[in-house]
Amino acid sequence: MTSKDQASAPEIRFDRVSKVFGSPDAPSGVFRAVDDLSLDIGRGQLVALLGKTGCGKSTMFNMIAGLSEPSEGTVLVSGQNPFRNFDWFRGKIAIVFQNDRLLPWRTAIQNVELGLEMLDIPKAERRDTAKQWLSKLGLAGHEDDYPHALSGGMRQRVSIARAFATNAELLLCDEPFSALDEITAQKLRTEFARLVRENGKTAVFITHSINEAFDIGDRIVVLKRPARIAHDIAMSADVDLEEREKIRETIRASLSQ
Amino acid sequence: MAATSESGLESWRLVGFGRRILMGVAPFAAIAAVWQFASLFFPGYLFPSLVDVFWRCLAILTDWSAFSDVLATAGRILAGLAGAFVFGCLLGFLIVQSRLADRFLSPVLIFFQGIPALSWVVFAIIWFHGVEFRILFIMVVTTLPAFTFQVVGALRAMPKDLLEMVMSFRPSRLKFFRMMVLPSVLPEILTAWKVNLGNASRVVVVAELVGASGGVGYQLLQQQQLFDMAGALAWTLQLVFFVLLFQWVLTLIETFAFRYRAVSERAL
Repeated sequence: MTSKDQASAPEIRFDRVSKVFGSPDAPSGVFRAVDDLSLDIGRGQLVALLGKTGCGKSTMFNMIAGLSEPSEGTVLVSGQNPFRNFDWFRGKIAIVFQNDRLLPWRTAIQNVELGLEMLDIPKAERRDTAKQWLSKLGLAGHEDDYPHALSGGMRQRVSIARAFATNAELLLCDEPFSALDEITAQKLRTEFARLVRENGKTAVFITHSINEAFDIGDRIVVLKRPARIAHDIAMSADVDLEEREKIRETIRASLSQ
Repeated sequence: MAATSESGLESWRLVGFGRRILMGVAPFAAIAAVWQFASLFFPGYLFPSLVDVFWRCLAILTDWSAFSDVLATAGRILAGLAGAFVFGCLLGFLIVQSRLADRFLSPVLIFFQGIPALSWVVFAIIWFHGVEFRILFIMVVTTLPAFTFQVVGALRAMPKDLLEMVMSFRPSRLKFFRMMVLPSVLPEILTAWKVNLGNASRVVVVAELVGASGGVGYQLLQQQQLFDMAGALAWTLQLVFFVLLFQWVLTLIETFAFRYRAVSERAL
């Protein structure tokens, strides 16, 4: 692969990927969560993976994160196999989960420092970085609070700060705002998209909400069960309101089938 | 006005503190009163006066050769628990990591749990010569199954979502253990120590009673042969004091280690 090829190579590549759970001998049989899926995601894109519950979004997410391996086909992230070369991705992938997943025995700032500790960043430096990210996300003054003392929205902000603090090139988000009230979720979505674009990250954002996908993604990939692509739509600034509504209706009709 | 309300708050706190102390002391005071009352009507070898018991306790605490017996027993308890804890952790990790180890070891540990402590004392006397090794062996084998199962339970109960979150940062094994495993299993480990401390204090006395030439168990045997109830009670109380002291240390560790926990205003 030449350097030119590398520069234009996708950040994430799904090449004819299938994922099967169970076995033919098991009482529940075989479940095909992802079926012969091919997808390229370029560097710097903010892609919303949209689909109904159980369509295989989280399975795809786990394969990108290196937490699970495809049954067939290849998943490559930055040209590497994220499952086999698990440690190679230390500091390169950060995840914002559906729930905040803060360690209850660590304060807010210690939770943000978690990823930096894995990277052996000196204590003073990681404390500064964590403090800056908490401040950026409106949590200045809450550094020493334990998670139980924070509201749901604040906890999710801490988890976003934790993901950004490692300065990972790739951010994976699994419906991170679905448990929050709409006003807080809207605010955090806007903040999140701004931070991703400002920091030049590649982000994959899983959601089951059409509105959320429209708010956040500059590309929307609509998945149907078992995870295969029903629509792949680029959402540039040129797409006017009328066109957006048409796309929204098409997606809605597709998902309701 | 503010000063008045603050002094009022302070006096409420004092009242609350006094009440808690009173509630803590009251049950023991009641038992002591019943015992003392009984001592007025029964001979001293059945219910000795608590004053006698107090002087005997003081004599044990101030006489080095007597106090060294208390320390020996305390040391045996701690050594036995530490040994069982280390082996229990090793076996626990093995069982959690390997299904084969689980299938092989779990029935053996359950079988061990069914063997009475006294049987282990007999086996130890037959198998080994050294007194200290005998007692250590008895302490370890009697508390090992409980420690192992508690470690296994704690490891299996680790929250999967937190585990995945930490794994997503690709930690080294050591960091994963320090940042995730240790803090999440610590509450159950401390509970295991508290529970096993009580068990160990009972087992050590049995072991010393039969197989040792020193320690609280051995001294209890002497008091039984002399029909000296005050002495028996004084030696028993030494062990109780040690258990209380160690429980208090464990509670202090708990209070410090689990300061992150939310406290509900409404108790269970």
